[in-house]
Amino acid sequence: MNIKTVPADPKGVDAGPHFMDGDHALAEGALAAGCRFFAGYPITPSTETFERFAERAPEVGAMFIQMEDELSAIAANIGAVWGGQKVMTVTCGPGFSLMVENIGLAAMTETPMVICNVQRAGPSTGAPTLTAQQDMMQARYGPHGDNAMIALSPDSPQECFDLAIEAFNLSEYYRVPVIILTDETVGHMHEKVVIPAADQIKVVPRNLYNGPKEDFRPYKFNSQGGHPMARAGDGYRFHITGLTHNEKGYPVVTADQNKIVVTHLMEKINGNADDIVRLDEDQIEGADVVVVSYGITSRIAVKAIQDARKEGIKVGSLRMITIWPFCEKRIRELAGKVKTFVVPELNYGQMVLEVERCAGGKSKVISVNHCGGAVHDPEVILEAIRKGNK
Amino acid sequence: MSSEIAQFKKDSPMSGTLRMDRMSHIWCPGCGIGSEVNAFAEAVKRSGIDPDKLAVVSGIGCTGRVAGYVDFDSIHTTHGRAIPVATGLKLARPDMKVVVFSGEGDLTGIGGNHFIHAARRNMDIVVICNNNFTYGMTGGQVTPTTPHSAISSTTPFGNHEYPFNLPFLADAAGATYIARWTSMHSRNLIQSIEEALSRKGFSFIEVISPCTTLYLRRNRLGDGVDALQFYQENAVLKHGADTRDLDIDFQGKITIGKFVEKDKPTYIEALDKRCVQVVGDDYELYGKTVPEREAEEKAEKERVAARRAAVLAEEEKSKAKAAKVVTKISAKIPVKTAAKKAVAKTPAATAKKAATKVAAKTVKKTAATAKAASKTTAKAAAKKTTAKAAVKKTRK
Repeated sequence: MNIKTVPADPKGVDAGPHFMDGDHALAEGALAAGCRFFAGYPITPSTETFERFAERAPEVGAMFIQMEDELSAIAANIGAVWGGQKVMTVTCGPGFSLMVENIGLAAMTETPMVICNVQRAGPSTGAPTLTAQQDMMQARYGPHGDNAMIALSPDSPQECFDLAIEAFNLSEYYRVPVIILTDETVGHMHEKVVIPAADQIKVVPRNLYNGPKEDFRPYKFNSQGGHPMARAGDGYRFHITGLTHNEKGYPVVTADQNKIVVTHLMEKINGNADDIVRLDEDQIEGADVVVVSYGITSRIAVKAIQDARKEGIKVGSLRMITIWPFCEKRIRELAGKVKTFVVPELNYGQMVLEVERCAGGKSKVISVNHCGGAVHDPEVILEAIRKGNK
Repeated sequence: MSSEIAQFKKDSPMSGTLRMDRMSHIWCPGCGIGSEVNAFAEAVKRSGIDPDKLAVVSGIGCTGRVAGYVDFDSIHTTHGRAIPVATGLKLARPDMKVVVFSGEGDLTGIGGNHFIHAARRNMDIVVICNNNFTYGMTGGQVTPTTPHSAISSTTPFGNHEYPFNLPFLADAAGATYIARWTSMHSRNLIQSIEEALSRKGFSFIEVISPCTTLYLRRNRLGDGVDALQFYQENAVLKHGADTRDLDIDFQGKITIGKFVEKDKPTYIEALDKRCVQVVGDDYELYGKTVPEREAEEKAEKERVAARRAAVLAEEEKSKAKAAKVVTKISAKIPVKTAAKKAVAKTPAATAKKAATKVAAKTVKKTAATAKAASKTTAKAAAKKTTAKAAVKKTRK
């Protein structure tokens, strides 16, 4: 994959070491990535990102608007993207549920944007100030209809910063909404965050079309990323619609066209999973048990893994940085080689379903689920590792 | 044949403002949206605005399809979300004119919250609302403006709810330009849209329009021609009317006119002011200071004025040309001119005669004639009756 990158605009880069929480780091990451537009709506525990951006907007020269609800926040972001801006918004479960409508429109119209879901315990209003990882499947299957998504999950404030930039880069290249699935704990946890100098940050710039007007097509249904888009006001007079459309953007509502569009939207992401998926692996070679985890849970799992190793259990760690597309290939490779996958997560068992699917019965899969509201007790994960080693 | 059609489309006076490669459109015969789009295209032409610097955003529904037919940057969004998408687009490209063209169900039903908040913020967009009292695309359900007692597919025994008075709603929410017309008042509508395009702030134009297939049919109100006639007879022009008095009862009077026009800083102007206070005079939005943006705006305004002057001059020329042709023709046909005078003397009697003669001819043509009729009263008397007679025939 050869994606053109440029150094970050220094205006948005607050270089140097900081002591900040994950929510603030998300805002800094967005600014560093060139995001100059933010439409949002406040919701605990994501509001700090929103507030940080509001405070930084005037000095960076960015636009910031608090909309009347999440429905309009995400809609305004779509409008701003077609006005040429890079955009981000943050929310959590209840707000994400409202945004899902236009995340679907963004996916259909291939509109790049970054949406952060700082997860809190649900369902419904649930426990607004308590942590959870219960929206993993919603990030993938939230919008109606078939469209593949990209979702990333940071485990620390530093990674919130780093993955915000990566999320922008992926979204610009694949022209797809990218979701950052963080959680209340990572969002509110203060740690050291080092922001590199602007010339050390690689940013994928907006790929704007500049050819002849009559040849302009807002879409190319080739199951690949990298297709340029137009900016309103530049004379290309694009039309985009949520209806099934042709490459010109005009509605063509037929089964044949739907096949072309859906195939493209799915394969653009799933077909390029090898380029997109990022994993953080530790001692997987020769392991009997592999702990598959992500986000804040992976940091709890570290303690359990260390304790298990002290007991002589050969245990590896597979931390998913990319949640969607799922690391299907890697799990299939390991299936049969390891005795057991242990999957701790702060939900009733969501990503474990994917692990089970890809393990295909060749390895045992143990779900260490949790109803949210707090992180795991490492002892529970350790117990699962012991069980898995038997 | 197809090449002829292609040529016809290319030669259309609407080519350049409408996407002729997407014609024909989906709207029903007699629907008012077509006339509104025509008025809009005409207004854009006359306004002198660079078509490349204009964007149209629509929601979902019959009127939602407008975005797909206009030859500007255009976004067909989700149901109710046209205004927020337009808001984002405007804030991302403050130098562009952004127009929302959608239906009343979209804008004030599912999108009602966005409507009032955009008005409250004085977001610098033009909102044109086709109000046909019904959700047309889904088969004629009740909307927030369906008059009390009117029949819809979801109020089969008559609407028991009370409708919105949209100009009042917009006024209360803070809109700085508010007007209402019907789809028959093309000239007023063109002028009004032009006015809205040339000003700053949240401009709201409501257009009462017939849904022939659903609303008119279900309520046994005839067809498009009957609706236009109804508008002609029942529209009461009252500029500056108190917006509290603009309710529309079932088949009642429709007050039209420009009700509100006031100056107030737009969202961006108000934001700029705050930011300059905080950051100082070197405050930039997207790399441009306030004076830089103002200078650009001024330069664009001058270009727009020049283009507008050219368009109007061209119009005057063609008007003079047309006037010459008319005098020539009328000189050649003295009999018809005499007949016209006779009509003016005894309109009722001649009208009846004319009616029986023309009624046998095509019914559809009457739509156009009825529209033209509103202009010259003598002609109108004859043709109006024609229209009525024709309609009665088709109903049988």
